Amino acid sequence: MNTDGSLIEARDITKSFGQTQALRGASVAVRQGEILAIMGPSGSGKSTLLHCMAGIFPPDSGEVWFDGQRLDTFNEAERTRLRRTTFGFVFQFGQLVPELTTADNIALPLILNRTGRKAAYAQAGQWLDRLGLGDKAARRTGELSGGEAQRVAIARALAIRPRVLFADEPTGALDSLTGEKVMRLLTGLAREQGTTVVLVTHDAGVAAYADRDVMVRDGRVTTDARPVRA
Amino acid sequence: MSVPLTLLGLLERQPSHGYDLKRDYDTFFARGKPLSFGQVYTTLARLARDGKAIAGAPEPGDGPERKRYAITEAGAADVEQWLSQPTAPEPHLQPELFAKVVLALMLGRPADRYLDAQRAAHVRRMRELTRLKEAGSLVDTMLADYGLYHLEADLRWMDLTWARLKELREMVATP
Repeated sequence: MNTDGSLIEARDITKSFGQTQALRGASVAVRQGEILAIMGPSGSGKSTLLHCMAGIFPPDSGEVWFDGQRLDTFNEAERTRLRRTTFGFVFQFGQLVPELTTADNIALPLILNRTGRKAAYAQAGQWLDRLGLGDKAARRTGELSGGEAQRVAIARALAIRPRVLFADEPTGALDSLTGEKVMRLLTGLAREQGTTVVLVTHDAGVAAYADRDVMVRDGRVTTDARPVRA
Repeated sequence: MSVPLTLLGLLERQPSHGYDLKRDYDTFFARGKPLSFGQVYTTLARLARDGKAIAGAPEPGDGPERKRYAITEAGAADVEQWLSQPTAPEPHLQPELFAKVVLALMLGRPADRYLDAQRAAHVRRMRELTRLKEAGSLVDTMLADYGLYHLEADLRWMDLTWARLKELREMVATP
């Protein structure tokens, strides 16, 4: 927990890519167990904000706090460890390994986190049964529909029981009904596990699944950057 | 929504007593505003008078007089026409919101903050409807979907207006 009671917080962060300044002093805090939607138009900096909060890359200035630690001061190896053990990720396109089976994809992060191979595959099987994909365990993920692939991506992200799940446009490539099912699954499982979620979306219908939303415009968070204390 | 045409539609499904019509109407269409029996029987009497429905002979039984109503050909034609004609699009773009934005800019007030506040209210309502979908029946879900898409359309207008504020401010600056 950070000193302000949040689990993860960005404080006045900036980030540029060449001449383009993506973040110009963005601040946002997320409470433990909260589902926060970060909204904003294209190019507003919302995905960059998520990437800085998740330790995918460090900000140029400002601070990122996670559970009382300065994440922005971590080196690459420390950030990688955190992303592998403590954070989960779901992106617009699931980024599953298409040559591997669905079971392999879910078991892999568990094995990397030192779960035994047998136990990892047993857990993967449980996840697939739960998602109604039990019969697809041996299928390569490249053969799945978009909705099925996102469900597998959610299972893969949550299988390691992350403290924070970062989701960047998780329904961006799906039709409305499939997107709704994916959001119900994502938020339902996250609430059940008590996982904090940072969700980037330009879609207000998707953001409505969150507990709270903030708006990013021109690299700054313009609305409601702080959670109401529980 | 037209209550008489909805009741006629239910009658096309099957001839019914007033009681059954009220029950079916309340189940599918009332959403917290159930029809009164008085409204059902008045509507049925009017439909019968206009030749859209026909009442059977009174049936014996306890309580009020029971008649089974059936739709007529004229009634069925009305239902068909109603269903096949698109409903006139509602002006979802609220004139009040538009007026507030323009007036705020004219008066040098923070239109962006007003829009953000309105936006927050819209998203809050969308969250409520989404929770309703998560907990409710399929009928609740479909009605919530309708509300959500309309709120989303408003939001898209607000976001676009937000992006156009500078241009709009310049336009309204000249008295």
